[in-house]
Amino acid sequence: MRENLHFVVVGHVDHGKSTLIGRLLYDTNSLPPDKMEEVRKMSKEYQGQPEFAFVMDHLEEERNQRITIDTAQIFFSTDSRDYVIIDAPGHKQFLKNMITGASQAEAALLLIDAQEGLREQTHRHAYMLSLLGLRQIVVIVNKMDLVGYDQQRYNEIREQITKRLAEFSLEPMMVIPISARMGDNVAQLGENLSWYKGDTLLGSLDKLRCIRQGNEGPVRFPVQDVYEMDGQDILVGRVASGVLHKGDQVLFRPSDTAAVIEQIKVLDGELDSADAGKSIGLVVKSDKNGKTIKRGQVACPSTDNQPRVLSDFSASVFWMSEQPLKLGDKLDLKCATQQVPCKISKITNRLDSSSLDLLAEDAQELCDTEVAQLTIETEQPICLDAHESIAELGQFVLMRNNDTIGGGVVH
Amino acid sequence: MDRLDELENQSIYIIREAYYHYRNLALLWSVGKDSTTLVWLCRKAFLGKIPIPALHIDTGYKFPEMYKFRDEYGKKWGLKVVVARNEEAIAAGMGPTKKLECCNALKTEGLKKAIAQHHFSALLLGIRRDEHGIRAKERYFSPRNQEFKWNYQDQPPELWDQYKSQAEEGTHIRVHPLLHWTEKDIWYYIRRENIPITDLYFAKNGKRYRSIGCVPCCSPVNSDADTIDKIIEELESTNTSERAGRAQDKEDTYTMQKLRALGYM
Repeated sequence: MRENLHFVVVGHVDHGKSTLIGRLLYDTNSLPPDKMEEVRKMSKEYQGQPEFAFVMDHLEEERNQRITIDTAQIFFSTDSRDYVIIDAPGHKQFLKNMITGASQAEAALLLIDAQEGLREQTHRHAYMLSLLGLRQIVVIVNKMDLVGYDQQRYNEIREQITKRLAEFSLEPMMVIPISARMGDNVAQLGENLSWYKGDTLLGSLDKLRCIRQGNEGPVRFPVQDVYEMDGQDILVGRVASGVLHKGDQVLFRPSDTAAVIEQIKVLDGELDSADAGKSIGLVVKSDKNGKTIKRGQVACPSTDNQPRVLSDFSASVFWMSEQPLKLGDKLDLKCATQQVPCKISKITNRLDSSSLDLLAEDAQELCDTEVAQLTIETEQPICLDAHESIAELGQFVLMRNNDTIGGGVVH
Repeated sequence: MDRLDELENQSIYIIREAYYHYRNLALLWSVGKDSTTLVWLCRKAFLGKIPIPALHIDTGYKFPEMYKFRDEYGKKWGLKVVVARNEEAIAAGMGPTKKLECCNALKTEGLKKAIAQHHFSALLLGIRRDEHGIRAKERYFSPRNQEFKWNYQDQPPELWDQYKSQAEEGTHIRVHPLLHWTEKDIWYYIRRENIPITDLYFAKNGKRYRSIGCVPCCSPVNSDADTIDKIIEELESTNTSERAGRAQDKEDTYTMQKLRALGYM
């Protein structure tokens, strides 16, 4: 079957995210006729063009207020592969929805209005992409029709955004001038932008790489649950990294229980090995009482390449709740299948996620949409890897009263 | 790992998360292709022995083929099938002439009663993002309050496979393990896995059902696709949306949003 790539569309309010997606679907003939008709019916004609934003903005409130409130996902295909487009809202107050969308993406299109240039959410979204570990960023300079397709204006924006991204070690793969409303350079270049020599937006998508946790890394198998079947304990879960083999000697951390994999079970029988991403059941033989192996334990190689086991560590955290984080707050931390109570013992620095201004050192609190480097103390030790090597064990969420209110990564 | 493997393994992960966090979980089985695929994935997640009940909301207006299929495969797969009917509303004459009202009474209210009776704290549902613009905005774990309302304006953030893992008193969580699948994915998977489905999907006399529910509110599409291969071939070349034959999507632009805000699936 064909490859499947997820990309998110982000950027400031009204810079044209939903319109761009609607245009992309229209130009690639991906819209069903009844949907196209629905859009036409709903549209106020604008320079003879249908209102493409209505393809994505489905809530009544979204259409009436002409904004995107929630993230949405839609499917489309080119000749070379299938895509999942994730639309993200541009308002600051919907940042948690933008993060929800972006956390599921392998690449991002960062949209900038040619007339308005870089704005508050342009900066904020760019920084959030870097925090979430997204490395494939395509910058789209939209609404070129409103600046008379001026190459100089494009160059200015290109320079500004490239400089900005470089501040957090990101480099745009491409900077593409378009007009989503008029259709310039989305699927086809057209005459208005004839000075532009790079890829069309559609062409750029096929240059993005699919990113999956690979088989190459060291084994990580976070235990998800234990099922008792026919007198046997079966450890179920999904391989987060590496390849597990029948007969492998592994260590379950943090309890440090050594074990041998006796069986790898699936519905139809047994497997000899299981690749990264595979959901399986394990029957193991361990040196200690097997009951120490339960949800939250992580199987890893028995000798080397093990995750760190920590109860006090530094992390980059973003906050997405109207109720601020206070120093010393008790929260729950969830990383893969691990869940532990924790407290924030130090907020080293507190930053505005848009301007990146330092709001405070050794801060007392962290507010909605802000980011920080901070120290977390967990009640029990947990397994962690660097986010850049094994993402699943290098990223976590923070919860209060069972609501996700923050997230973070360790390096 | 190919695309179908990825979809399958992600769904199994979600089903297992749901069962870990909500032991009084039920699986909503409408007997259509999606929820039957969901049953199949549950068999994989639980290695053949599904420990949770399969809840069938019976409006009394379903196709006869659906009842037959439910009884046959419910038994074959060892499912604990729980049938829920809103007898009061049916007795009071509620019927499909009142579209939105009927869906709400026979499906949503029927479901509400079943949840109250069996104290389910979470439900597995086979909805997909590509079915409808409103469903495209769903989360994998989506809370519903006491009145069943979906607060779509303030959905919880959901990142890195970390889901809402506790339902507040009186509320329940809708879990959507197939959210990331498309209609085509379902058919490719049914073909690969040989999943049994009802005959209603296969063409007879130039017509077939692409989406099934209650008899009065489903119209068949013109089609000669009488095998899974032909259905896949048809979907690869068509552009019409799947639910084009479903009356409740159409009444007015926001019918689906209104139904869903009231607790519709």
